[in-house]
Amino acid sequence: MDILITGILLGATYSLIAMGLTLQYGVARIMNLANGEMLVAGAFGAFWVFTAQQASPFAAALVVVPGAFALNWLIYRYLLRPLVRRAKNRGMLEVDSILATFGMSFVLVGIMLMVFGGGYFTYSYLAEPFEIFGSPFALNRVVACLVAVAISGLLYWGLNGTRTGMALRALAVDPAAAGLVAIDVPRMSAFSFALGGAVTAAGGIVLSTFLTMDASIGVVFTMKALIIVIMGGVGDVRGAIVAALILGLAETAVASLIDPGLTLAAAYLLFILVLLLRPEGLFGRRQS
Amino acid sequence: MYRRTALKLAAAAALAGALPLGFTHAADPIKIGAVAPKTGPLAGGAAITHWPNVQLWVHQVNERGGLRMRDGSRRKVELIEYDDRTNPGETIKAVERLATQDKVDFIVAPYGTGLNLAAAPVFAKYGYPQIACTSVTDKVPELTKRYPSIFFTLGTTTAFANSVAEVLNKLRAEGKIGNRVAMVNVADAFGIELAEAARPIFKTAGLEIVYDRSYPLGTQDLSPIVKGARAANPDAFVAWSYPPDTFAITEQSKIEGLNVKAYYTAVATAFPAYRGKFGKSIEGHLGAGGVNLDTPEMKAYLAAHKKVTGKDADYWASPVTYAGLQVLEQAIEAVGTDRKAVTEYIKKATFKTVMGHWKFVNQSIHEFWTVGQWQNGLFHGVSSTGLPGAKPVIAKPGW
Repeated sequence: MDILITGILLGATYSLIAMGLTLQYGVARIMNLANGEMLVAGAFGAFWVFTAQQASPFAAALVVVPGAFALNWLIYRYLLRPLVRRAKNRGMLEVDSILATFGMSFVLVGIMLMVFGGGYFTYSYLAEPFEIFGSPFALNRVVACLVAVAISGLLYWGLNGTRTGMALRALAVDPAAAGLVAIDVPRMSAFSFALGGAVTAAGGIVLSTFLTMDASIGVVFTMKALIIVIMGGVGDVRGAIVAALILGLAETAVASLIDPGLTLAAAYLLFILVLLLRPEGLFGRRQS
Repeated sequence: MYRRTALKLAAAAALAGALPLGFTHAADPIKIGAVAPKTGPLAGGAAITHWPNVQLWVHQVNERGGLRMRDGSRRKVELIEYDDRTNPGETIKAVERLATQDKVDFIVAPYGTGLNLAAAPVFAKYGYPQIACTSVTDKVPELTKRYPSIFFTLGTTTAFANSVAEVLNKLRAEGKIGNRVAMVNVADAFGIELAEAARPIFKTAGLEIVYDRSYPLGTQDLSPIVKGARAANPDAFVAWSYPPDTFAITEQSKIEGLNVKAYYTAVATAFPAYRGKFGKSIEGHLGAGGVNLDTPEMKAYLAAHKKVTGKDADYWASPVTYAGLQVLEQAIEAVGTDRKAVTEYIKKATFKTVMGHWKFVNQSIHEFWTVGQWQNGLFHGVSSTGLPGAKPVIAKPGW
């Protein structure tokens, strides 16, 4: 039971890391390697609000989430749109966007280093025991899990219950065909990229309540998100969430039952298995 | 945060102003190179322990009017910094660049055990003295034999493990704890070396290791580890850990209610951020390092560190790093910028540093702090290899 709950809490953490990237990669087709830096930026916002303003870190969301949305919109509009325009096919766009966002990640690390310094950022918030079935769990992780559920619920409803969501899903399936049925492809792509950035930054706020961050830790999150997105299947939010949960449960089970030293090995083993057996990902569509 | 940035700007401005801009300078500045992580996994530690001390030392030397050379002239210090991104290859490249292109007079040793060992051959090749202040390794005798210009100041793995065993046995003799120890380590050179040294030492000391596990570097989800340790029902908990996981383990232990009377985490326990995050609940926590906070030199150093860099020094390697720079300073003032002469001087002379009097024996300092403990909001040294001023160790109260 302990393993199950700890695993779900860890899986929720992972889904917070990965949901933004799945929107950016799945719909806007940008493999954003600066995704982790956006998460760290969100975490820094929360840290600043908590330490300098003595307010709840979640209050940072009021500024950080719209800010991240606007920033990512601008990034897409002025940095990535030219790449999209000149790309002859999907492969070319992927290579170009990987290179461009890789460079961007260094710029973002540099900026954060200048503004915040290179030290560790850590604080205690809701670091209290919370009993579930008689065992203590960290309240901040439980809250993170609830936030993850809320965000994924909202995304699911948004994607499946609204007109914009339908347009986004159409875009994920085939941008060219989406254009034919009067979907404004450039605008929708920018929207999904910006939305992905905002979700990632929101994840950063939540994660900062229990993870220790520094200016250059973003790449760790990018790697995790990458694995989860590929495992889950490109362009499907459900896939990312399921993959995150599987990863969280597997790592916790291995750590508790076999050896904590093998958690990384277990994660990559799962990754390889998925790639071997379902290269398109758990929820992905086979490319025709 | 605004205040912090403003302070940094002010410090930078002060530094810039202190650089020789044509007035009253009698001689060319002495060029000092520095390479350490500003990004990458070790950047957080370097930003606390390494860079502020380099900044503080350069600031103080130049504020005094520069180094007082033997011929009576004053020479200011000019600093050239590089980021090695916590990548040993980059450290080596940067040292080569400093030696061959920037042609600096001296180079501040890099940060951390691994990066210092990686750079040692290059330092030796170009004949630069390397005062490795942030390296803990058992290979000191071997390395000092191979590289005639390397110096060690922070201690050895075995001494650290020995001291932890001694501290635990002291508490055991006082009847405060039993002999059951839960031990975990980060699966990185530092953690592995310490865990391997500790296993036989704990055994001969009569301590029973009831839980012994490692976890991958960078893991911050340590709930299974802490649950496992608690299930083993230990009297003492020892974690050979690195900064991010030190924070994570402590938070998780508090949540899970891991109630032991002796609680030890390694690197980062001595960081001011540790106190900042956990406040009063860290009373009685043991950690790597420690300092004697009662000497006037240490008090003056801590105050100057805060004033010049805007942040608190840590209670372990920060003053040692600064002391290493003081050694370099005193050696240059005594014999000039001839690197060979400086190296020979460091081997023989006695230095007056913030850590007390330092005399290198076989290129290393043999008296160093090994275990510290948080007592009333300050991290005091409680065990060392022969330094004065250790506080008596106390049992950890509840969280």
